[in-house]
Amino acid sequence: MASMRDIKRRKGSIQSTQQITKAMKLVSTVKLQRARQNAERSRDYFTGMYETVTSILAKTAGMRHPYLNGSSTGKKAIVVMTSNRGLAGGYNSNVVKLITRGDFRRDEVVIYAVGKKGRDALARADYEIAEDLSEIAEEPAYPDAMRLSGELLAAFSRGEISGIYLAYTKFKNTVTHVPVLMRLLPVEIPEDARTRAESAGAPMNFEMEDEEALNLLIPKYITSLIYGGLVEAAASENGARMQAMDSATGNAEEMISSLSLQYNRARQSSITQELTEIIAGANAIT
Amino acid sequence: MEQFTLRVITPDRVFYQGDVEMVEFNTTEGEIGVLPGHIPMTVIIKPGILTITEADADKEAALHAGFAEILPDGVTILAEIIEWPNEIDEARAEAAKRRAEERLRVNTPETDMARAEAALLRAIARINVLK
Repeated sequence: MASMRDIKRRKGSIQSTQQITKAMKLVSTVKLQRARQNAERSRDYFTGMYETVTSILAKTAGMRHPYLNGSSTGKKAIVVMTSNRGLAGGYNSNVVKLITRGDFRRDEVVIYAVGKKGRDALARADYEIAEDLSEIAEEPAYPDAMRLSGELLAAFSRGEISGIYLAYTKFKNTVTHVPVLMRLLPVEIPEDARTRAESAGAPMNFEMEDEEALNLLIPKYITSLIYGGLVEAAASENGARMQAMDSATGNAEEMISSLSLQYNRARQSSITQELTEIIAGANAIT
Repeated sequence: MEQFTLRVITPDRVFYQGDVEMVEFNTTEGEIGVLPGHIPMTVIIKPGILTITEADADKEAALHAGFAEILPDGVTILAEIIEWPNEIDEARAEAAKRRAEERLRVNTPETDMARAEAALLRAIARINVLK
């Protein structure tokens, strides 16, 4: 059995770890609230964007356009959204697994990394990192999303990439976060586009030619999807960290109580031993 | 006068929501003014001034990018960038305008003409809305 001093030291170290995990849990709870509000505020914009794009896609169904058909040259670009810091449970590795265990061959993709953890994990797995935009992961701002989507679309029209994918963690609620891999380009026409356009009644008119409308609207649509991914990933990150820190605090609690028990047993047995020795000593004299 | 609902939404907030008599803004096809009962239409926005005519007052804002969905009973503007006059830094807008003009004048092969032009239009919209 370990000595009393060892047990005491171990208990002290676990207690200070527990203080840290407790504090981190509180911090990520507060951050989660903020990130959630951000995600909710962007929802109106996103819904409006989705409806408009669906209505134009329904109207232009069957049209040939690079944004709809894709191009065959070049690799596929994957925007990978992870966190810059660890201690968030399986949050980062789940996103990375989408790519390493997905249907993509390593040599046909390039990674646009948002978040250091994902960048490092994929670089270690020998994936090609085209760009590192980790600084935008913490406080997602719309201009950042515009810059990224502008770059991706420019590379797409130059023929350097043949498609754009987005890997991020969808925020369902505080405890459920689902890692998803979504295709941004070529644009997937939602299945309900047709029926919705038909049920909408008055047909929507577009002031410009269909092709021009696609040229102008699709980039905005992709920007909004990227922005949506950023805010949801930020919310999921804090949610995942909150959960991870909560269970770490619980585990520390458990360890402390079992160590306390051990410590008390050791203390008692040493007292008993001392007593036995004294009594034996006293008996020997008399 | 007859009114309709105007909603101006940006990615991070609801910028404006209310009943208005008329709304005017700049689109890729030219400046337009929308009154109640307009045919359904979607237009793409070009940098310019957004003028909102309410029952008792006019409001202006600098609208830079986005698109608008016009329906007979309401208009929804999805704005990527939009600012009220009190959010604009005039000195910065002036500096941006001069920079963009300079870039367009020098016009080296590396100049991204489309970007410089867009920057100039944005700066002009900001300055105009302050006047």
